[in-house]
Amino acid sequence: MKKGLSWFNVTSIVLGFAFLYIPILLLVIYSFNASRLVTVWAGFSTQWYWALLENEQLIDAAWVTLRIAFFSSLVATVLGTMAALAMTRYGRFPGRTLFSGMIYAPLVMPEVITGLSMLLLFVAVNFDRGFWTVLLAHITFTMCFVAVVVQSRLVTFDRALEEAALDLGCPPFKTFFKITLPLILPAVVSGFMLAFTLSLDDLVIASFTTGPGATTLPMRIYSQVRLGVTPEINAVCTILIAMVTVVVIIASVMTKRAENMRQAEERAAMMQ
Amino acid sequence: MAMAGEKGRGRWFVIAVPYLWLLALFLAPFLIVFKISLSQDVVAQPPYAPTLDLAQGWAGFTEFLSGLSFANYGYVLDFSNEFLEAYGSSLVIASISTVLLLLVGYPIAYGMARAPRSIQPTLLMLVILPFWTSFLIRVYAWIGILSPEGLLNQGLMALGVIDTPLEILNTNLAVYIGIVYSYLPFMVLPLYAALEKLDLTLLEAAADLGCPPSKAFWTITFPLSLPGVAAGALLCFIPAVGEFVIPDLLGGSDTLMIGKSLWTEFTVNRSWTVSSAVAVLLLLVLVVPIVIYQNIQQRELEAGK
Repeated sequence: MKKGLSWFNVTSIVLGFAFLYIPILLLVIYSFNASRLVTVWAGFSTQWYWALLENEQLIDAAWVTLRIAFFSSLVATVLGTMAALAMTRYGRFPGRTLFSGMIYAPLVMPEVITGLSMLLLFVAVNFDRGFWTVLLAHITFTMCFVAVVVQSRLVTFDRALEEAALDLGCPPFKTFFKITLPLILPAVVSGFMLAFTLSLDDLVIASFTTGPGATTLPMRIYSQVRLGVTPEINAVCTILIAMVTVVVIIASVMTKRAENMRQAEERAAMMQ
Repeated sequence: MAMAGEKGRGRWFVIAVPYLWLLALFLAPFLIVFKISLSQDVVAQPPYAPTLDLAQGWAGFTEFLSGLSFANYGYVLDFSNEFLEAYGSSLVIASISTVLLLLVGYPIAYGMARAPRSIQPTLLMLVILPFWTSFLIRVYAWIGILSPEGLLNQGLMALGVIDTPLEILNTNLAVYIGIVYSYLPFMVLPLYAALEKLDLTLLEAAADLGCPPSKAFWTITFPLSLPGVAAGALLCFIPAVGEFVIPDLLGGSDTLMIGKSLWTEFTVNRSWTVSSAVAVLLLLVLVVPIVIYQNIQQRELEAGK
């Protein structure tokens, strides 16, 4: 067994990443194309980005989408973290199997089923469809992703600190906020970001559950994409890709730094 | 269990809030879907009948029950209505895609797990990053590449490989490309997680005892990575069966997939009751893989403790 990477490993990584990134790169490059014909390169231009500023429908949709993504991921983070605690800390409770089923099933459930079932619920209880129904639907499916991310951190976590705090008479509620939460914070933050991008991204569930006046950005993009590739859509997509890339990189640098600091503090505490 | 001693209102609160939320907004809707699948379309608000009128008491309930029928299931299961074909072809497309994903994803995950420890987090990040960018955008990107006047055809024609453009967009081949591309991170991540845990001394021992590398792979590495293979395959297969966006944007008019049929039934034919019946049957098809997936996840969680 040779150590390190064989040519086969290097080739498969390089080809794999090329496959993942080339389509996105081409899309970004062609958003700067001067020609309206998407496939003919006619020089560099930012005109499609300026055109976006005048597209009020698109800007409205972007605003609706951002608000839904922000508020739904906030609530989903709280609910998902609670669900993760319930799954990992509280042992057996009645109906635990059903609970874990309801956490895992939404992760793989085809979106058409989730979307249709939520819509029929809102109709059955006579809830006016629009911003709030999309928000509720997004909270429900994204909280399960948060729960899984936070749960994976909670199981690998040293419980001695929690136990020490509880033994010293710290109330459980305070123990959570003083000990547990700071330690699982990177997972909670990535859970929040995952929920945010899933909500930002969702077309199918939003299309089913929305009503008049709450058209989201993916719905607008989808209705234009069906008519063919246009440079404006390439420009919107490029902006979204840039936003997500910046946020993900900042977050990963921040959690890395927080992790390093925590390790340094732990070492310092050991030395004393 | 650290907090097991904590029996109090706090514990029940933490369990009850997400539990009730999911019961009300995830489980209850399925019961409603089932109920509506047994109803009939009417031109009214809501567009189905019968509706349960509790004000009429028991009589209202029996009247409601007698109004339910399995007629929609008869309609969906009728061969002439193409739903059965759509279920079948969805299962075939999802299975072939899952195999392709394994073939593409395994070498990538294997290479990542064998890469120097120092660059593994970066590689992992690079696999996850496309997953954070919009699914719709990633599917859209392929339209520009695969269309007859698209970049792939232009490139191949410029190189003189082909004379006439290849018809890829609006065929099942485009659907396979779209699914493999979009779901690849879901396949690579569980595979990497399984391969990364592999104890390399096992392979060294095999090599010392004269086992050729290819045999060592099939007798040691692959069997030990099976939990990752199963998790990745289910994580891709289950949502792929109900996929809507990819067959709609990349597939042709003859690409039958049940997610697309359900969407059309709902938005074009506006039959809520038939769409509900399609959804119930799709759920029945997927219930076994979903339960297996949940058990694998649950076992992983227990193993982590």
